[in-house]
Amino acid sequence: MSSPTSTPGRKRGRDGNPATPSSEGPTSPPSQRRRGQDSSNGDLMPMPTSPATDMLSPAAPQDTSLFSSPRASVLPNEVDMSSPLMYGTPSSRVEGTPRSSVRGTPARQRPDLGSVRKAPQVDLHSEPPSADGAVASEPNAGQRLVIWGTDVNVGTCKEKFQRFLQRFIDPTATEDENAGLDLNEPLYMQKLEEISVVGDPVLNVNCLQVQSFDAELYRQLICYPQEVIPTFDMAVNELFFERFPDSILEYQIQVRPYNALKTRNMRSLNPEDIDQLITISGMVIRTSQLIPEMQEAFFQCQVCAYSTRVEVDRGRIAEPAVCRHCNNTHSLALVHNRSAFSDKQMIKIQESPEDMPAGQTPHTTIVYAHNDLVDKVQPGDRINITGIYRAVPMRVSPIQSNVKSVYKTHIDAIHFRKTDEKRLHGLDEDAEQKLFTEDRVQTLKELAAKPDVYERLSSALAPSIYEHEDIKKGILLQLFGGTRKDFSQTGRGNFRAEVNILLCGDPGTSKSQLLQYVFNLVPRGQYTSGKGSSAVGLTAYVMKDPETRQLVLQTGALVLSDNGICCIDEFDKMSDSTRSVLHEVMEQQTLSIAKAGIICQLNARTAVLAAANPVESQWNPKKTTIENIQLPHTLLSRFDLIFLMLDPQDEAYDRRLAHHLVSLYYQSEEQIEEEFLDMAVLRDYIAYARTYINPRLSEEASQALIEAYVDMRKIGSGRGMVSAYPRQLESLIRLAEAHAKVRFSEKVETIDVEEAKRLHREALKQSATDPRTGFVDISILTTGMSATARKRKEEVAQALKKLIQAKGKTPAMKYQQLLDDLRGQSETAITKELFDEALRSLADEDYLTVTGKTVRLLA
Amino acid sequence: STTGESWSLTLTIIYSKTDFSNPKSGWEAKVVEFFKDRLKEKDAHTWVPSLNDVPLHYLKPNSLVKFRCLIQDMFDPEFFMGAYETVDPSTNAKVLRCGRYKDVTECGVSLVDFNSRNTVTAERQTFYCVPIPGENPWVKEISSSLFVNAAPYQARVVPSTSYAPTRQKRSYEEDDMDDMDTQPQKQREPHSGINSSQGHTEQHGNGDCKRQETEAPSSQTASASHLDLNFPLPGEKGPSCLVKVYEDWDSFKLNDTLEVFGILSVSPALSALADEKDASSSILDPTESMETAEEQRVHSPPASLVPRLHMLYARPLPHNNPLLPSATLEDNSAFLSSTLSEMASVRAELLTYLTHVLLGDALAAEYLILHLISNVYARRDVLPLGKFAMNLSGCPAAALYTQRFYQIIQQLVPSSFYLGMSLQNMNQMRLVPKKDYVANRLVSGALQLARNTFLFLDETHLEQGQLDTTGVRNVTALGNLISWQKVDYDFNYHQMEFPCNINVLIASEGRSLLPSDCQIHLQSQVSPPNMEEYLSNIQLHPQTSSQLNKFRIYLSVARQLDYSISDEMTKSVEDDFVDMRKDDPQSVSAEDLHRMLVVARLLSLSLGQTSLTRDSWLRAKHIDMLRRSRMEQHQCVNGNEP
Repeated sequence: MSSPTSTPGRKRGRDGNPATPSSEGPTSPPSQRRRGQDSSNGDLMPMPTSPATDMLSPAAPQDTSLFSSPRASVLPNEVDMSSPLMYGTPSSRVEGTPRSSVRGTPARQRPDLGSVRKAPQVDLHSEPPSADGAVASEPNAGQRLVIWGTDVNVGTCKEKFQRFLQRFIDPTATEDENAGLDLNEPLYMQKLEEISVVGDPVLNVNCLQVQSFDAELYRQLICYPQEVIPTFDMAVNELFFERFPDSILEYQIQVRPYNALKTRNMRSLNPEDIDQLITISGMVIRTSQLIPEMQEAFFQCQVCAYSTRVEVDRGRIAEPAVCRHCNNTHSLALVHNRSAFSDKQMIKIQESPEDMPAGQTPHTTIVYAHNDLVDKVQPGDRINITGIYRAVPMRVSPIQSNVKSVYKTHIDAIHFRKTDEKRLHGLDEDAEQKLFTEDRVQTLKELAAKPDVYERLSSALAPSIYEHEDIKKGILLQLFGGTRKDFSQTGRGNFRAEVNILLCGDPGTSKSQLLQYVFNLVPRGQYTSGKGSSAVGLTAYVMKDPETRQLVLQTGALVLSDNGICCIDEFDKMSDSTRSVLHEVMEQQTLSIAKAGIICQLNARTAVLAAANPVESQWNPKKTTIENIQLPHTLLSRFDLIFLMLDPQDEAYDRRLAHHLVSLYYQSEEQIEEEFLDMAVLRDYIAYARTYINPRLSEEASQALIEAYVDMRKIGSGRGMVSAYPRQLESLIRLAEAHAKVRFSEKVETIDVEEAKRLHREALKQSATDPRTGFVDISILTTGMSATARKRKEEVAQALKKLIQAKGKTPAMKYQQLLDDLRGQSETAITKELFDEALRSLADEDYLTVTGKTVRLLA
Repeated sequence: STTGESWSLTLTIIYSKTDFSNPKSGWEAKVVEFFKDRLKEKDAHTWVPSLNDVPLHYLKPNSLVKFRCLIQDMFDPEFFMGAYETVDPSTNAKVLRCGRYKDVTECGVSLVDFNSRNTVTAERQTFYCVPIPGENPWVKEISSSLFVNAAPYQARVVPSTSYAPTRQKRSYEEDDMDDMDTQPQKQREPHSGINSSQGHTEQHGNGDCKRQETEAPSSQTASASHLDLNFPLPGEKGPSCLVKVYEDWDSFKLNDTLEVFGILSVSPALSALADEKDASSSILDPTESMETAEEQRVHSPPASLVPRLHMLYARPLPHNNPLLPSATLEDNSAFLSSTLSEMASVRAELLTYLTHVLLGDALAAEYLILHLISNVYARRDVLPLGKFAMNLSGCPAAALYTQRFYQIIQQLVPSSFYLGMSLQNMNQMRLVPKKDYVANRLVSGALQLARNTFLFLDETHLEQGQLDTTGVRNVTALGNLISWQKVDYDFNYHQMEFPCNINVLIASEGRSLLPSDCQIHLQSQVSPPNMEEYLSNIQLHPQTSSQLNKFRIYLSVARQLDYSISDEMTKSVEDDFVDMRKDDPQSVSAEDLHRMLVVARLLSLSLGQTSLTRDSWLRAKHIDMLRRSRMEQHQCVNGNEP
């Protein structure tokens, strides 16, 4: 039984050469560079796993005592019990800790840190050429001690951390992040209080906060996590039991740092990162069974029944050769069920698709989770993991002297954070936050400052698609989205911030191409086709895992594109049941599931970009939008913008189109690059605006919006119809906010409202123009029928009623006869549909009933 | 001694003179430069033995070899000892050694000093490479005949191994292969046919097994039969290789085709390590027990089956036609100008030949030439430019016409694949590569193809029936491939998009259910009573290889030419378009213009013209009109119309 947790070379080296510390570390400046060197020379030295190679180490015989009786003394003999060195050896049994209550609470081993107990310290005073050695007085002698191989002084480090805990107040904290905490009090002291109440002895520490408080401490934490974290543990326990002497914890508090900035991306891990604290993001792809790992072996003498315990040291157990009680050799046997084990699990994570360069396959990394981190994550979870990066040499083959010259790498997990977990609660700022370099931010801001940024961006969008500028502008605003507002306290719930867009038009007008482009542009885009997707594929379904019999919620395209865009092609070909799930998603932005005992509401704050073809193969300009695409108006009214993509058929347009296409085919790639914004810039621009810009309405803007809305309603009122509904006002607000985001403006101003109005009017002009009257009529979209059409229906019904009344007392009439009569007397053409509708409205009045081909009068 | 060996000797000398511990000495770069320079020398590359032609056991370990291959999978990067120190236990003498370009440490009697302060940790990347999928037999034959240095290998190897692979046996094997290749319809059917996707794993297992027995009987024979070499296409043969890359691995992409020059490592120690793991239970070492047995098998296969190749230098292959000079066309102006002058005449001959093959339909033959030289030359955001997927409808269903047709094309293009779209094939085949997380590798699929592979979809095999989930997914994948030239690989939790550049030809009776850039209905002028006989009479036989080679060179060169449109022509094309729309806006859409521009481009290139002329444009318009008028005649409604 052994453990891979320990890192080979360094410890070995330290134990092996205690006599020559002067040649190593402490003299050199405690910079990362030095450490980097160290890691390539010393740290990576493979651990000699077989005794044969062990003996090779020239210094090995000196410390045999350490191996044969590891438990004999907690501390190496050379260390004085009263010296501050005590702190440098954070034993798992903190017997030397001064505070009684700390002693009363058992410490729990931290296999995530490897074995750290025996790290000796070196006194810088032993360095002969110490410049300030003479100046240093006795009392601060302790300050000169550092842990071997590092520049960490335990006393200082502990003090600094305690100061951090006691004083740190997060200046950037906002109310909703830290519910229930007083923002003006030290954050971590409140967390300690929480621990004393809840009894969960884990303190998560945000490394970013440590950095802002004490950069030096942060550097040490990142570079020497194995030494610094146990020191933090000690510090926090002392502090805690001083503060809450009576609280009873299951074991001592463990500090779990997260959000280390050292490495963000799995791909950028390199030999320099070994043994450092790193945070990377990724997706869990496989988890192993629970592995019991021996922490302490229990040996019993076969002869005299004397028992002894041996702790695992760097993955190995030194079996005592001689019984100390009866002095028989080789008489001790391992007793498994009295040995102590800890839980361990292997987790494989794969880099997230967003982090990958195109054309390459994702990398994977092995992570070991220990104790309570076991079973915290499931395959498919997206996580941020903080841990220590390790490299272990491949096993030395006992028969061969040749060695495979490759190391195995893994991460010992200290902290997990699921990035998609919060989807159930709200936006997770940390997970969404994409890191931008200062240069990048500068470029983006310069771009934003340009007066024509809006036009620039919209023309950068899908440059291969010709013109359709308003559509591109609409999609651009959709990509930015409105400002998220929370009205849940007033009972209204969330306001939708996403802009939904429907494109309809002739086949072959590059609608699919636009959708493909958007899908490729946004990080959380999903692309489905109405033909191929079922309601289940769009929403979520419950699946029983065949192995574990566990119910698993599998999410579909809409949930997967939460905070992204769901592109649905061939929207018209979608079945009714599938379409019906969209109702909830497109207005409430949630998805309710009640299946197999799982009842929940998932967030699906996704913007929908849909494309629909007309029912007839060509768009019929004589019909309204609804008639052309045959979609229920309840669904249509949920789209903020509905655009028609039609072949404009005019000469100037044709010429420009031809020019555009021809140049597409002969321009070289470089020319294309020059002409348009890079897709990556556009992507970053959008990501930046979405994350950092939250525009609010200014006074003038709200006034302008009110006017716009009133105007819209006025237009129709003259002709006796309603031309705008509150939904349209909401759309306007969203569009105006999105436009402000494009300008990187925190304030929605009048120009934003103007553009929103213009775009909205353009879209309406295209989609809600009544082909009979030529007027824009919003009711086409909201009720499915234009006001004129409704009026016409009324007129026909009245004419029909008159006709029947004129016929006198005939209880039953032939359907066809009646139609012909009506056509005969009417001066306008009466279609069969119109006639049917008239009949239906009369039937609604209980005037007549239609059975088959006969019309009967009632009463 | 051979060149490969002498070069590896040079490497040893460089090693011995280098101070590895000094990372600034830049010796790595010097080594790479040395080899690059050597390989630039005239025909130098023909002196290096190729893993594609020379069987593995003829090759000396640690010698320089080359390998023409496709990157099928990329493994995780690994850390290794870039430099290490060994200690002789008797004398205590320390030697600093280099770990680059090697899998195993070299110690002899001494032992590695793990505590040495001179140890340097370095990083390298491993690619799993397979021979180019669908590479046609003529390419293999010609490439191996180019290898001028074959004799020493056979002469030397025979005595050195107890087993004597005589020339007879070798040629018997080759004959065997030739048989199979000349009659693909008999051999391929069981592969790409009924039992394909599940069946092919076992099949190549057995195939390899057989290969092992005849070529290099070894203790690994038994394990070989379990090993799936993960070839994208069923029925493939040849070595696969773990290529270790030391520099710039980010510049390589999945599915790139490369010629890798590197140092062959077949150290039995690698296999021994693998064997040992199988034998002893891995309880002792928890780090290794974490790898599943499958993962072990995939990532450390026996070196005798999957050799390791330590890359010194890799040349990206723009094509795999061995008849073309290896330098790029621009660098070889003599070759280019001589071919260009002949292009028009070769085109005429090829057109006649293909017209015969297409039962006398000259228009279809013309379009076929355009299709064969088409190439995605750029991408404008999501839009691939230059693709020209063709649907050849009206194919006679009888007498295996489509299969004979494919064989004829196979003789002309370097790589191709025949996919019979039978219902069973569609429901069972794995077209899209899928990540296997247990073995931690990308399980290949038939659509993992190298650039410019000719993919022949035979829809005449499709009958009425139910497509299951896999079937629907496969049809969608084919549709995406044709429309966007990309394949979405299945990573279980998400999909990942890989762009591709594959020439898709769909043969069908009516209009195909798959999209295409251009549909042409076959109008046969002849109706031979015996199709089989008719086609085998016109088919060029390998004996007439000079004629075939002309065609082969023609097709590969035409594809690689540059092309431009002058401002003047741009203007005239615009005018034309406006005029056509003026008469009847419905007649020409933007999509039609897209297609006509591609046709004009391909037409010009097929004539060896690198810029658009008025004549070519008019001709392109003309043939497109002919094609469309033919389509109107054959307007049969089968629900696949847009």
